[in-house]
Amino acid sequence: MAKTELNFKGMSCPMPIMKTAIAFKKAASGDVFEVVSNDPGFEADITAWCSETKNRLDGIKKVGGDIIATITKK
Amino acid sequence: MSDSDIAEKVKELEERIAQLESDKDNLTMILFSGDFDKAMAAFVIANGALAMGKNVTIFVTFWGLDAIKKPAFSTAGRAFLEKMVLMMRPKGPKKLSTSKMNFGGIGPKLFSYMMGKKNVETLPSLIEMATEFGVNIIACQMSMDVMGIKKEDLIDGVEVGGVAAFLSNSFKSQSTLFI
Repeated sequence: MAKTELNFKGMSCPMPIMKTAIAFKKAASGDVFEVVSNDPGFEADITAWCSETKNRLDGIKKVGGDIIATITKK
Repeated sequence: MSDSDIAEKVKELEERIAQLESDKDNLTMILFSGDFDKAMAAFVIANGALAMGKNVTIFVTFWGLDAIKKPAFSTAGRAFLEKMVLMMRPKGPKKLSTSKMNFGGIGPKLFSYMMGKKNVETLPSLIEMATEFGVNIIACQMSMDVMGIKKEDLIDGVEVGGVAAFLSNSFKSQSTLFI
């Protein structure tokens, strides 16, 4: 399935998870997203967000200063 | 115990567990402070919790009320002392002082500038976002009465309540923060 990229670069806490939450509200179960942020706290935040909201975190990779999280909506 | 007694007991326990599980989805805060930095912390936490799918209730009391005032309102019809207090207190999130390094009002401007450079959302927009996300704000009736604040002076969507309204939310939450 195609991944939707959500680019939240340049945003500070709590915006990346707020924006992720807004995007996920509109999405359907099984939709896959690649969420990109360059906020250094994003890795810990998105991990906690996924575990709390029960959305599946498929992986996190770092490219330069970017943190890219792949998440499947529950 | 008969089978029906056991079935009834199981049902009772299931209901109790469901109640405890749902408590995990609630966060309650008391915003007592009207300091810019503390209100900022409160609304960052509120927005984070809302993004995590929690129900957030903020009980706003005493100086905290300054943070949820409208930027302008008429003080006509209030008692002399109430008018004085209202005149001396900031109106709305843009006018708050910082708890440290206020420097007679330069502090908040300095921090707003530094936060802007780091793309941190402003306090008014954090409050607006929390409202859009369905935060439940309860303004303290007693503090409002003392300081002559009316419901119309506060941002839209605020509920007015007392300590019992706050406590009933707090009892159902796993955590309550005092800011």
